Amino acid sequence: MRVKPGQPDWQDRDRFILSKGHGAAGVYAVLAEMGFFPVEWMLETYCQDGSVLAGHISHTGVPGVEVSTGSLGHGLSIACGMALAGKRDGRPYHVFAMLSDGECDEGSTWEAVLFAPQHGLDNLIAIVDYNKIQSLGRVEEVLNLEPLGAKWKAFGWSVHEIDGHDFGQIESALRDIPFETHRPGCIIAHTVKGKGVSFMEDKLAWHYKAPNDEELRQALVELRVTE
Amino acid sequence: MRTAFIRVLFELAEKDERINLIVGDLGYSVVERFADRFPTRYLNVGVAEQNMTGIAAGMALCGKVVFTYSIANFPTLRCLEQLRNDVCYHNADVKIVSVGGGYAYGVLGMSHHASEDLAILRSLPNMVVVAPGDPIEAALATAAIAKQPGPCYLRLGKTGEPTVHPPGVDFRLGKAIPVREGDEITLISTGGLLYNTVQVAEQLSRDGIQARVLSMHTLKPLDSEAVLAAARETSAIATIEEHSVNGGLGSAVAEVLAEACEVKVPLKRLGLPSVFVSEVGGHAYLREVFSLSVEGILKSLEPMLEQAKHRVK
Repeated sequence: MRVKPGQPDWQDRDRFILSKGHGAAGVYAVLAEMGFFPVEWMLETYCQDGSVLAGHISHTGVPGVEVSTGSLGHGLSIACGMALAGKRDGRPYHVFAMLSDGECDEGSTWEAVLFAPQHGLDNLIAIVDYNKIQSLGRVEEVLNLEPLGAKWKAFGWSVHEIDGHDFGQIESALRDIPFETHRPGCIIAHTVKGKGVSFMEDKLAWHYKAPNDEELRQALVELRVTE
Repeated sequence: MRTAFIRVLFELAEKDERINLIVGDLGYSVVERFADRFPTRYLNVGVAEQNMTGIAAGMALCGKVVFTYSIANFPTLRCLEQLRNDVCYHNADVKIVSVGGGYAYGVLGMSHHASEDLAILRSLPNMVVVAPGDPIEAALATAAIAKQPGPCYLRLGKTGEPTVHPPGVDFRLGKAIPVREGDEITLISTGGLLYNTVQVAEQLSRDGIQARVLSMHTLKPLDSEAVLAAARETSAIATIEEHSVNGGLGSAVAEVLAEACEVKVPLKRLGLPSVFVSEVGGHAYLREVFSLSVEGILKSLEPMLEQAKHRVK
């Protein structure tokens, strides 16, 4: 993405919208590492009283956060508005929106899925984090989305399905934008919730739980962050 | 009022290229001229108000002034969370325009009656809420909200409302317009009942009662100074609105009076009870059913006027 950490309101910056707002910590960490704000904010204040870093992504007082979300099914519409504005103004930026699979239950998501191809928004990329688990159970049992890629394709999107944990595949999918002229792009990223931590992988409970000290130690070892 | 709105929006768009108009597949015979003149600043999103509002927020965050337009509850209640989270939380330059406040779409039925919108939108942080009283106010309000940074809600009548004001009346957001002087009772009106309110005041005048009339076109921020002055200088206040008495103009005025220790004045809230209409009827008919015709308002005011008479004595 083309961004300038020292100039978060640069007009031609690429925009990233975390529509699955519960993934806030991941975005804050990246922004802090890139220098949008001090890493200490993340390490010391995340979700603490008096902090600016809320559990669902929030832009107030946080440089680099484009849009606040948390209620599902909002982000893709806002991304469409930004992409359309960019097209109409002849701006070169791209807009990326990351969605959860669960929020593909929301009707408003599909309003936006219909809209983007109608207006040829090939400067827009939607990424669906398809980990197959939603708030109360497995996607296929709650509200089956399959065939998910075929649905986006049928709505007029240019779809890549990738292993969402393979950085090579992520990079190669995002290398050439637009995927197709006049079509918005969709990446269905097949993922495993809690990937890399044996006791967390593919477990619903870890959508809600925080690890205790021992679990944290073991997780960091498994992720090769510490010995 | 919608004719006045679209005329002014067209004029503003000629001068300010940030102005965009988004519709949710409604606006037949209203929006065509704008669409033809400004094709790259007009958008019909289809029957999808949630998407319309999110798109408007996204465009506004890229520097545009975006008007969303639909009728009755569609651009407000249908997409309420998009208004709250996407528009208001980001303080985005989105102006929501709804045509057909109150019972303007009478016979079309309950779905097309906007009777809680003012209460609900008034509670949203950052939202300015405006309900013009006649076509002159509608025109001036359109220009005013285009200039006002941040979210605004413009609640319009449909068509054919009588003109009350002379052209060039002094219109400022958050400032009530004194339409008629009087020192016995104050009638405060918002939205399309302004004409009836003035008619009521004229009838009262013929009966020897001088009523002050305030057009409270802006519900938020409310002109509390004008309310308090009315409380000090006249002996009773009545609010008149085509909206639920819960949460609209009557509630807003009551909030000001309840917190003002220095004044004590009787208040009567005239408006719609918290019920759904049980019968079919046109605009005028439904106003009569809920005592918002000139005669209905006069009748509702009788007990208050009686009391006021005794107090003066």
